[in-house]
Amino acid sequence: MLPFFRNNAVNENPIYAVVALFDRPEDLVKAGAEMHHGRGYTKLDAYSPFPIHGIDEAIGNPPSILGYIVFVCGLFGLVNAVFMIWYTNGYDYPLVIGGKPLFAWEFSVPVMFELTVLLSAFGAVLGMLYLNGLPRFYHPLMNFSRFGEHTDDKYLLVVQSSDPKFDVEEVRSVLGQLGAATTEVVEA
Amino acid sequence: MTLFAVACAAIYPLFHTGRPWHAAYWLLPLPNPYLAVWPNFRSPLVWDVFAVSTYATVSLLFWYVGLIPDLATLRDRARGLRAKIFGVASLGWRGSARMWLNYEKAYLILAAVSTPLVLSVHSIVSFDFATSVLPGWHTTIFPPYFVAGAIFSGFAMVITLMVIARWALNLEYLITIRHLENMNKVILATGTIVGYSYATEFFIAWYSGNPYERFVFINRAFGPYAWAYWSMVTCNVVSPQFFWSKKLRTSVPFMFVLSIFVNIGMWFERFVIIGTSLHRDFLPSSWGYFRPTAVDMLTFFGTFGLFVTLFLAFCRFLPVIAISEIKGMMANESMHDAVHGTAYGPAPAGQPSVPEVLEGGRH
Repeated sequence: MLPFFRNNAVNENPIYAVVALFDRPEDLVKAGAEMHHGRGYTKLDAYSPFPIHGIDEAIGNPPSILGYIVFVCGLFGLVNAVFMIWYTNGYDYPLVIGGKPLFAWEFSVPVMFELTVLLSAFGAVLGMLYLNGLPRFYHPLMNFSRFGEHTDDKYLLVVQSSDPKFDVEEVRSVLGQLGAATTEVVEA
Repeated sequence: MTLFAVACAAIYPLFHTGRPWHAAYWLLPLPNPYLAVWPNFRSPLVWDVFAVSTYATVSLLFWYVGLIPDLATLRDRARGLRAKIFGVASLGWRGSARMWLNYEKAYLILAAVSTPLVLSVHSIVSFDFATSVLPGWHTTIFPPYFVAGAIFSGFAMVITLMVIARWALNLEYLITIRHLENMNKVILATGTIVGYSYATEFFIAWYSGNPYERFVFINRAFGPYAWAYWSMVTCNVVSPQFFWSKKLRTSVPFMFVLSIFVNIGMWFERFVIIGTSLHRDFLPSSWGYFRPTAVDMLTFFGTFGLFVTLFLAFCRFLPVIAISEIKGMMANESMHDAVHGTAYGPAPAGQPSVPEVLEGGRH
């Protein structure tokens, strides 16, 4: 289903997550690594105003599958271009112009290239939005009292309540020890 | 800049079709009730439709994807209606690690696929000329020559706009003299390639032994359009040679003036290529001299207005420098320095953290 229409009310748990706010990206990476690799939490997410390299390994994010989506889209563009040129000029309404063949790969190359690139670009953008669940105009994280500072200069580590090891008090105290400036329980 | 320039350029062929509301059927392979015949894919004019529209679309996507995280930053700092507009435009971006992972991949792929587009779009535009049978147009040097010319004029146009934007918006510490100097080196290199292409065209016209080719090129340099030809050579070939001097290529006022010369020169290049090949046909009875009409000139000046309006609106409402990229760069440098020390020595004990550096820029 499209992310826009996704039903967000499935989760009955009144608590969405515990959110910890950090002042420095290094602290976020360290805390994330400790939570994931040290203590075995799996439903983690990290929020930052810019991409932090190393955070995905730290909190155990799998690599992006976007490349495969783009490859399929680009291939579709290429095949589509060949088919379109053959169908329109070679099959549906053949016209001899300048004695040139009705269909040949040589004069199809420019349009093949352009449609490959065009569909790859659409695949990259729409695929990225789909994988990220965008557009989406509501998210439980918006209930965080300092939502918005993480697009400015703060760094958030989120431990979701769906984590099997989730326990509000324990998570809060651990995150506090790991250098979080504040921790907060955020409602779903 | 690409987007706004394409918007201006689109005006000409669209009006040229006579009935722009029908142009889609003539240009694209769309089933329609007016024409039974399809576009002819053996023609470079149809390739050009695909090349330019792909170029414009991919540039638009690249530009918008680059803006999404910054629109989210603006959304979280704005109030009221502005916050709502930025909220919709940023598509609900939250900046989670998963999002950044997919985002960086998408941005990398877009950069990778749009780089060859620069080559393809200008090569295919040049095919429009090169596959014709007109002397002066029918040459195989056109694709590389047009690509070099495009990079040359593109860099000059960026210098023209950036020098003003940098001064007006106080971006001297983000767009440094070193950036500008390197751009001027590219202008020098590509300008010299363009000059070499002009010389090659003349050599081949003589060496081919084709009397029509010879006539067109002698006519180009010494005929009624000699004023345009020599203006072009002065602006495109002679003027960038000043950038051999380090003093001149690091002088902001000088590079601004010179970039205007390059813009004028590249305009003259298109004028010379089109005008000199067309004004004297194979039949001397159809010879003439092109004079632009008031409509031609007003359309041309209108595109200036459209371009400047779009550019200024962009500078007014959207970030001209990618906020998230600058933050990421500063943070990575500071993290690197904290671990390995700076070029000037080991990491100092009381080094300011990334947020402090960022705060310093804000207050």
